[in-house]
Amino acid sequence: MKIAAIAAALATWAATASAEIAVPVTYLRQEVERPPVLSNLDAMPENDGLAGAELGLADNATTGRFQGHVYTLDTVSVPPGGDLAGAARDALARGGLLILDAPAAAVLGVADLPEAEAALLFNTAAPEARLRGADCRANLLHTIASTAMRTDALAQFLVTRRWDDLALVTGDRLEDLDYAEALRGSLTKFGLRLRAEAPWPSDADIRRNAAQEVPLFTQGLPDHDLLLVADEAGDFGRYIAYNTWQPRLVAGSEGLRAVAWAPVVEAWGAAQLQSRFRALAGREMSARDYAAWAAMRAIGEAVTRTGAADAARLRDFMLGPEFELGGFLGQPLGFRPWDGQMRQPIPVVTDRAVVATAPLEGFLHPTSEMDTLGIDAPETLCTAFKDRP
Amino acid sequence: MRYLTAIALIAMPAFAQAQAQGEIWVTNEKDNTISVIDVATLEVVRTVSTGERPRGITFSSDFSRLFVCASDSDAVQVIDPETGEILHDLPSGEDPEQFVLHPDDRRLYIANEDDAITTVVDTETRQVIAQIDVGIEPEGMAVSPDGKIAITTSETTNMAHWIDTETQQLFANTLVDARPRHAEFLKDGAELWVSSEIGGTITVFDTADQSEIAKIGFEVTGIHPDRVQPVGFELTADGATAFVALGPANHIAVVNAETYEVEEYILVGRRVWHMAFNADQSLLFTTNGVSGDVTVVDVASRKPLKTIKVGRFPWGAAFRPAQGDPA
Repeated sequence: MKIAAIAAALATWAATASAEIAVPVTYLRQEVERPPVLSNLDAMPENDGLAGAELGLADNATTGRFQGHVYTLDTVSVPPGGDLAGAARDALARGGLLILDAPAAAVLGVADLPEAEAALLFNTAAPEARLRGADCRANLLHTIASTAMRTDALAQFLVTRRWDDLALVTGDRLEDLDYAEALRGSLTKFGLRLRAEAPWPSDADIRRNAAQEVPLFTQGLPDHDLLLVADEAGDFGRYIAYNTWQPRLVAGSEGLRAVAWAPVVEAWGAAQLQSRFRALAGREMSARDYAAWAAMRAIGEAVTRTGAADAARLRDFMLGPEFELGGFLGQPLGFRPWDGQMRQPIPVVTDRAVVATAPLEGFLHPTSEMDTLGIDAPETLCTAFKDRP
Repeated sequence: MRYLTAIALIAMPAFAQAQAQGEIWVTNEKDNTISVIDVATLEVVRTVSTGERPRGITFSSDFSRLFVCASDSDAVQVIDPETGEILHDLPSGEDPEQFVLHPDDRRLYIANEDDAITTVVDTETRQVIAQIDVGIEPEGMAVSPDGKIAITTSETTNMAHWIDTETQQLFANTLVDARPRHAEFLKDGAELWVSSEIGGTITVFDTADQSEIAKIGFEVTGIHPDRVQPVGFELTADGATAFVALGPANHIAVVNAETYEVEEYILVGRRVWHMAFNADQSLLFTTNGVSGDVTVVDVASRKPLKTIKVGRFPWGAAFRPAQGDPA
């Protein structure tokens, strides 16, 4: 178990003197073993997510130093099979604010600890619907966009372009199945037609023979405007484009992607956030980095506005109408009071540009157009927030 | 057609006078140029080259020098407005975005967006006098009419930082709503106004004790509140009326500076940023970043008169009086 402590210096600031408030936050990671993908090109950064939290800490510290608020970030990383519950208990003994970088089951394990009942936890890595639905928890907020938010964003774009007839190729990993399920829901929600679905046979290395295999594989699909790919691990999807039987665009996990954040996002001052992140981490900012940054900044914003650091007051403020977080996406971010999901615009991107940002024009909503993305209040399966509003 | 007739009637007086009425200078962030608009003809008459990513723009008090923040060149450029020639660069600190010239006509207070610093430069000796640590992404800059207080607002820290211009030290830091963008002193310096883009408000401070005395909100019919994002604003010379750019709401608000009430909204181009008046303040020129143009607004009737195509992503605007006309 690695423990690193980063303290935000208060030092010699000309702070307007007010009572000093300590805001200790723990970044708790459950390390996971990732099965290999075909390409050797992708390096998964060691500090994916964590670097975002560190940037959020630095951002908070500047506001804090003018107010006498001292933010600290402890990092705890538990190896596969390690004692996550024990590490969580230790962290909760230090303070009630936890940023979780862990799979869904592990997130729930921490949220259900008796010691966590009065704590405030942030899910920054698990996109599954169940954590916002039947398995939601009143002490758990989500700054990582749900899969449904991303697939709804993509579906809105397809509607706008009138690419109504679709086919889907699905990988066999759990995250692919989660993505495919969310995608089917989004296509139904926005009135698009899934003409065919084909499971990808991931039993061979196709790097050298994609040009022979993919045309054959896609030849049997009925006519479609665009080919969707569910390959969230980045395994086979990259070899599909330009090798399809019909010349068709690719979207989903590959090609045109709806993401919570990407290096190509630059409008609304995002270029500044990207350059601050690059200076800190020496690499591009990922969606997980953004989620961890947003969690840290949400804490900072709530502490700044309430002058308090206890989890209960911060939670109340974040779920209330006063809370507004500048997230460099053109609209203030907030939390949905029915399931704790952070609402945010979703960029629809290629590797080189933002093609559109959802919610797209014309998708209306009585309160916030961002709530056209993901699960809205009337359809939520979450009850925990009703019991503890 | 009734609409066009009305515009023509209102516009007539402006076009009738053929003599020079000065110019509006507009920085084009994504063209590295300044478009110079002739106020008499409402046409672009000149394009001046600048450094990279020009944003903040202001003239010296005698209009003999132009200062431009060339953000990506990490310099404030000093330009001869007659020839368009870049005379020299001032040491500005990294990524200067916006600045304000002190009433002494000498000290320039510059927001260094990427560095969380406000740099004070002597424009005569071309030396940095001070660098002041402020919040993250400083942008809005203002100086009180008596020159005693300079203000920097920081976009991510969400504060107005109050700088004593004698000591170049912060003496107060006041919270505002999310993403403050622009600041101005009003009423002989008695009030400070700060716009918050994401918060959607203008916060009004009492300068004497830095307390908040009012908050101005905006509501444009048919536009979602999240899209109503106040950024730049300008006051009429009598201080009675403020014109506030509302960014992606594509409108400017007309605010009564006494009652803090919004009187009217005027439709302009897309993502309106900043603006400048002509000499007699009969016309207001707004920079529309996304549509790449400038809207000319008739101040008396509060109606848009004309749209003028400029360069890519127009941002800042400044007025230069006609030669020999000390406006």
